[in-house]
Amino acid sequence: MLTQALVLSALLFALGTFGVLVRRNAIIMFLCIELQLNAVNLALVVFSRVAGIDGQVFVFFVMTVAAAEAAVGLAIIISIFRHYETVNVNSFNLLKW
Amino acid sequence: MVETVLFWIFGAVALGSAFGVVMGGTLPGKGGSPVASLLFMVSTLASVAGIYVLLEAHFLAAIQVMVYAGAIMVLFLFVIMLLNLGHEYQRDMKGWMASLMLFLVSGALGGILAYRFAGPGGGAELDFLAEANTAAMDAALAEQGAVGVIAEPLYTTYVVPFELTGILLLVAIVGALALAKRRVA
Repeated sequence: MLTQALVLSALLFALGTFGVLVRRNAIIMFLCIELQLNAVNLALVVFSRVAGIDGQVFVFFVMTVAAAEAAVGLAIIISIFRHYETVNVNSFNLLKW
Repeated sequence: MVETVLFWIFGAVALGSAFGVVMGGTLPGKGGSPVASLLFMVSTLASVAGIYVLLEAHFLAAIQVMVYAGAIMVLFLFVIMLLNLGHEYQRDMKGWMASLMLFLVSGALGGILAYRFAGPGGGAELDFLAEANTAAMDAALAEQGAVGVIAEPLYTTYVVPFELTGILLLVAIVGALALAKRRVA
């Protein structure tokens, strides 16, 4: 079951990467980043099953950072939406060369 | 045996819902609501929490459901509803060619990772992932309990990062408020 769970985490990570790359809606891109974080958390939990508890402590910290990141990121999205009236990242081209 | 069956069920639901997160709200005529993606995400998080339970990480499973599926996803839902998104269909994916290329690239990423983990590419490095090696963790769990086993290192070895986490959350609260506050002219 450990190897299968690792493969599952690899597939979830790849799906999250695909989502970030292919979607243009800032909120959904953000959700896909959370999906990637979750895939890595799953891999850490699998390794902590055989290598000691430290992996789970690390997952605990990752979750805290993810919560902080979600709060700040969504605040940035709200702030951008006030200015552009959209969350489509194609509209945000101020820094685009 | 029942663990294996449950693992496959949770794994299939997690993968299917993850696909739903990526593709949610992209069908023309069905509206472009990000809420579909969000609900699929809740399902993924719940399934991963189930896999955590099967991997004997009970505390993390509870945290996953309460903090992730409960608090963070509700925060996303608040923002989607506050911004009133998804009323008119708006194409928010890249073109077909770009999507296909990116699918191949990320599929290759997943394939390489899976090959390293499960195929012959991993070699002897991953032999320690045998079920027999979980005995040490099982003993620790039986002795200290599901919460004690994670609390002990958290408040001894990792106490400084733990306190720093508190400061990080404070900074995040202040930053989020400062960013989202409406500027008064």
